[in-house]
Amino acid sequence: MRTLRIDWTACDGRGLCAELLPELLAADDWGYPVIRGAVEVPAPLAGHAERAVRACPRRALRLA
Amino acid sequence: MTRRLLDGSPDLTGHRRRHGPVPYHGKDALVGALEAAGLTGRGGAGFPTHRKLAAVGGAGRRVVVVANAAEGEPASAKDRALLAANPHLVLDGLRIAADALGTRALHLYLGARADSGPVAAALAERAGSGYDRAGVAVHTAPDTFVAGEESAVVAAIEGRPPVPADKARPVFAHGVGGAPTLVLNVETLAHLALVARYGPAWFRAAGTADEPGTFLVTVGGAVREPGVREVPYGVPLGDVVIPAAPVRAVLAGGYHGTWAPLDPRIPLSRAGLAAYGATPGAGVVSALDARRCPLDAAARVVAYLAGQSAGQCGPCLNGLPRLAETFGALARGHPQQGEVARLAGLVAGRGACHHPDGAVRFVASTLSFFADDVAAHLAGRCVAAGVR
Repeated sequence: MRTLRIDWTACDGRGLCAELLPELLAADDWGYPVIRGAVEVPAPLAGHAERAVRACPRRALRLA
Repeated sequence: MTRRLLDGSPDLTGHRRRHGPVPYHGKDALVGALEAAGLTGRGGAGFPTHRKLAAVGGAGRRVVVVANAAEGEPASAKDRALLAANPHLVLDGLRIAADALGTRALHLYLGARADSGPVAAALAERAGSGYDRAGVAVHTAPDTFVAGEESAVVAAIEGRPPVPADKARPVFAHGVGGAPTLVLNVETLAHLALVARYGPAWFRAAGTADEPGTFLVTVGGAVREPGVREVPYGVPLGDVVIPAAPVRAVLAGGYHGTWAPLDPRIPLSRAGLAAYGATPGAGVVSALDARRCPLDAAARVVAYLAGQSAGQCGPCLNGLPRLAETFGALARGHPQQGEVARLAGLVAGRGACHHPDGAVRFVASTLSFFADDVAAHLAGRCVAAGVR
């Protein structure tokens, strides 16, 4: 299973990922995705996760 | 008293008389000796040194070795005390590690509050006498809490702002200039230099079976003799903290640390402090004067930590100042326990380094250890005000 993680030094809290992948990512008080460490992406959400990774303007969201 | 590190001679003549030439060990021999000795990192995390050494290099890649004395923890003074008392032992350790890894790319990263004089004099003596001709590039850290974090050290040496990096590429594989990089605390290197000379059995003659050797501890706060001491792991807390006033608690591990009672029988070691959820960290023990309000003291620490965010990671940059404000309000008697807990939960585990986690640990420890004080403040009283 693939996992999702954030490069916090790159993330600017633009919030696109939380909009595109609300099943896995909520936005915190400041618009940053609430995620700790690496989060497993269930197979049915793989496509949405890839779309969120591509949409990140800071390239901070990573799929591994 | 076991004084292995602090009894040294700052000049090369005395150092050479006491310890002889710099020994050579191949990588496998040195890794084996360090494993048998059970040496762990003295920078705070306590990671086994032999594993760090074994992880770098191989496959003919050029390796970089860094002696880390950044010591960004405000309550710690041990790295600069060691470099002033015994610079040659640290430089020996750097050279021994470098020889084992087959590199001459050596760096020493000094703390902002360190005196670079003894180090510069020691390096000149070594080069001038032929004792050790390997050049060491000396850098000075800024006076920030996170400047000594491994990836921040790499950034500083590369001439970039010394702030932590994302951990997708670990320093041991991809450090200075992309080379595998070994970053060891200067106290760790001094112990390494002694293990390389006198062997694992000698090293294990001090300390406990699980935590062998001595370590440097910075004792501060309401104690008779604040300063840096060298003690074996497992030494009773009462041997290290001699109160100069009524003491309410000790903070173990510095500003990212944990409160424990001043029970003189507690062994000063990871095992001994584990019962309180604490560790010695980088060897910091601070005694809190019972006449001082612990919540006010803690609020100042949290405010300091918030100001020490490197400003890169959103949850830390935004969350730590909010946490500090809210904790401060709670310390002044406003019922903000729920909001403090919520903010702590938002900050923890969401950064490139462990600075937010350390701040959250300190907040959680304060709220649990001083729960009676919190209740008193909410009722408009203060426990510390009643102490004479």
